[in-house]
Amino acid sequence: MGKPDLLPGTLDMLILKTLARAPLHGYGIAQSIKRMSDDVLTVEEGSLYPALQRLLLQAWVKAEWKMTETNRRARFYTLTAEGRKQLGVEMSEFQQMIAAITRVLAEQS
Amino acid sequence: MSHLFRKLSLLFARRRFRSELDEEIAFHRAQAEKEFVAGGMLPEEARSAALRRFGNPTRVREQSDEVVGFRAETLVQDVRFAFRQLRKNPGFAVTAILILALGIAASVSIFAFVDAALIKPLPYKDPGRLAVLFESVPLGPRFHLSWKDYLDWKRDNHVFSSMDTYTQVGLVERTDNGPQQVSGARVSSGFFRTLGVNPALGRDFYAGEENPPAARTALLSYSTWQVKYGGDPRVLGRAVELDDIAYTIIGVLPRDFSFAPAEPAEFWTIETPTRGCETNRGCHNLYGIARLKDGVSFSTALADVKAIAQQLEKQYPDSNRDQWGFLLPLNAYVVGDIRPILLVLLGGAGLLLLIAGVNVSSLLLVRAENRRREMAVRGALGASPRRLVLQFLTEGMLLALIGCALGIGCALQGMHLLAALIPKDMMATMPYLRGLGLSPRVIVFAIVLAVLSGALFAAIPLARMRFTEIREALSQGGRGSAGLIWRRFGANLVVIELATAMVLLAGAGLLGKSFYRLLHTDIGLEPDHLATLQVSGSQTKYNTDAKSIALGREVIRQVRALPGLTSVGLTSKLPIEDGDQTTDFHIVGRPYHGEHTEVAFREVSADYLQTLKARLLAGRYFRDDEDQSKPRVVIINQTMARQYFGAVNPVGMQIMTSDKDPPMLIVGLIADLQEGQLDAAPRGAMYLPFNQYTMPQFALVVRSSQKEGSLFSELESAVRSVDRDLAVSDAQTMDQKIHDGPSTYLHRSSAWLVGGFAGMALLLGVIGLYGVIAYSVSQRTREIGVRMALGAARGSVYRLVLREAGQLIGIGVAAGLGASIGAAVLMRKLLFGVAAWDVPTLAAVAGLLAVAALLASYLPARRAASVNPADALRAE
Repeated sequence: MGKPDLLPGTLDMLILKTLARAPLHGYGIAQSIKRMSDDVLTVEEGSLYPALQRLLLQAWVKAEWKMTETNRRARFYTLTAEGRKQLGVEMSEFQQMIAAITRVLAEQS
Repeated sequence: MSHLFRKLSLLFARRRFRSELDEEIAFHRAQAEKEFVAGGMLPEEARSAALRRFGNPTRVREQSDEVVGFRAETLVQDVRFAFRQLRKNPGFAVTAILILALGIAASVSIFAFVDAALIKPLPYKDPGRLAVLFESVPLGPRFHLSWKDYLDWKRDNHVFSSMDTYTQVGLVERTDNGPQQVSGARVSSGFFRTLGVNPALGRDFYAGEENPPAARTALLSYSTWQVKYGGDPRVLGRAVELDDIAYTIIGVLPRDFSFAPAEPAEFWTIETPTRGCETNRGCHNLYGIARLKDGVSFSTALADVKAIAQQLEKQYPDSNRDQWGFLLPLNAYVVGDIRPILLVLLGGAGLLLLIAGVNVSSLLLVRAENRRREMAVRGALGASPRRLVLQFLTEGMLLALIGCALGIGCALQGMHLLAALIPKDMMATMPYLRGLGLSPRVIVFAIVLAVLSGALFAAIPLARMRFTEIREALSQGGRGSAGLIWRRFGANLVVIELATAMVLLAGAGLLGKSFYRLLHTDIGLEPDHLATLQVSGSQTKYNTDAKSIALGREVIRQVRALPGLTSVGLTSKLPIEDGDQTTDFHIVGRPYHGEHTEVAFREVSADYLQTLKARLLAGRYFRDDEDQSKPRVVIINQTMARQYFGAVNPVGMQIMTSDKDPPMLIVGLIADLQEGQLDAAPRGAMYLPFNQYTMPQFALVVRSSQKEGSLFSELESAVRSVDRDLAVSDAQTMDQKIHDGPSTYLHRSSAWLVGGFAGMALLLGVIGLYGVIAYSVSQRTREIGVRMALGAARGSVYRLVLREAGQLIGIGVAAGLGASIGAAVLMRKLLFGVAAWDVPTLAAVAGLLAVAALLASYLPARRAASVNPADALRAE
């Protein structure tokens, strides 16, 4: 609870980026984001699944049920071509925003 | 677009979607559990840790649903939840729905009548441009035209595009079953064209058809065509014998056609201006109907008509002195009598709806109070304020919807019930009520009511919620501002209820008293054990005075032979009836310059006045031997004596009706008989002996010592034994005539209906008050416990509660009294012999309301006084 919350827009972007490397199930996505951010970003499961539904509706990811290594059935999400394009768009927008904020902060001493 | 498509496909695969999501969530949790176990936790710990970390699965499901679902789905959910809530509190739900349905049913039923009578346009072209024309005389503004005057008005006016005449006639139709009395109308040739109506079958009268040598023609009303001719299209060209004259049927009128001033009318015959009254300018037997030219107002037309009448007065001083013109818009004329009543009833129903609405609002407020804690908990569990608000809205609208649906259903039944209660004769004169039902306007009205009540019921708990802090509600015994708001706002609603109930009660009381006064006015006769019968002989058979007189005498002779009859009389027209026979007269020996002295007249048999037990004030009754061989005599009534003779005793003086007839000696003076309707003003009237003037249509009156039973059939056979071809109709007792007459009926039904509303309003108001006081007591339980623990007597608790009740009642009754007087003033056209500020009625009604309300408050007061202080202190 005390950890910083993610903005909903950025969550979508992080998921897309995670899936750009390889298809993953929901748990795996959360773990991946946690690991890559050095435990700073914890995705609330309550936000993860609605976000995945959103991405599915927009057809930026697609899902299918597959067996994991431990022989359990899980739903794996894969990035689609439109998703890859969307990821590029969101990343560039995000970087523009960061640059702008950084510029403002740099003005103060 | 594909977004929408995917959403739609998920809509249909919702169950699979949910189960898949559940499986995903389960998998996620299992993985987390595995991770914890791998990190060294015990399996149970791991499981609960995983559960905790995952969060609320329901929340996840909900949010996913929200993403995937349509906005409407939450609405469906809310509706189902609202249904469950209502089912859990059936008492509240049923009460609220029934009360609302009551208010809605009353309002919609009455509005349907108002719509059929006042709002729906008449079945003519441009009915707002039609006017009814009268000749007015000093006695009053609405008297008949004469044919010759009509022709001059038609020729000289500048304001009408067309003008025609109509009159109601009673006809004797020769059928296979013998002569039948039927109602009809006689119209000039352009009548239907003026109205803008085309026959459904056959042709209309052509212009000038009333002038000879054209044959006599008639049009059928639609219902007559269906009933008497079986809807046979070959009816055209057939002949029907009316009053011994053959009329050719030339057409059938449309199904929805009716003309209220002349209804009921089975046959519409063409005018015959070459015989009878129409040949004499001074004989008035017609009404006029005219269509205004475009751009002409009613006041302009009235001025024009008045000018023409004045012109005629100068031209024909003998016949037209003091005859002026008058007109009314057809709309106003048709519904003029019942408009005040309908509006009063609509107002009453509206007030009842107001009370019902206030009552249900109170119920909702109390319920919202009781659910404060529930709402607080739901809010703490994560329900957004938006969802909570939507919840209340849905519940309120659901209540309103069910209540309105039920109310409209009841209204349909109520409408038909009310219509069935109207006597057939009255219904025939109000043909616009034939289409009573759920017309589009009525449906719109009902929907508007539903929406308004839904909005009100949704708004009430919302307004309530604003004043509460959720946290405060969770705290123990939290009262804070809540009780105060309730006291101020909720209690005031009851005052509105009481005031409204007072208005309705006062209205009912005044109308009831009016009705009583009406039935007990002095009608100048004793109506008990009187039976009446209309008899019509054929005009051609009895075409001389002598024959008609002989007929009358023979009928009396036959009837008198029946057993059990105390006395028998006959008259040209019964008392307590509409319509009139009038004539002018002047007093012999006094200067006369043709002034208007119109009085009613009746031709009566020698024993008629005694049969009625009319009161003789001076002089004598007629003698049976006073026939045409003896000097002419007449009996006049008190009003005529007062109006024209002043303080002089009229008995012994002579009057003349016209220069052609011999003078008549006044031999008697009677107290007024009520010749017009019960609420008509007194009029001058004179009575002429049947044996000296008559027509073969008259009414028989008998006073019998036995019950009616077989009396009417005996009378009928006695009459028929004189002449088989006599048409006999309208058998009723005088009591029936009085009680079923139109004005009686109107007064009685308005008294009953408003009384019904008032009764329901009283009940609702008292229940509302009970609810408020009971709730207030329950809120103050602890306070009362403290007081009693500190030594207050039970009596003081009573005083405490009753004082609060008394305040509310006092304000309610006082406000209600003021409003009642205002309403009564608006209603004064309906009141007969009763003033709007009739103190006894208002006092009695106020007393009734106060007593009922105090009784209702007594119960909670008693409960408060019997509270155990220890329990009260423990309770919150």
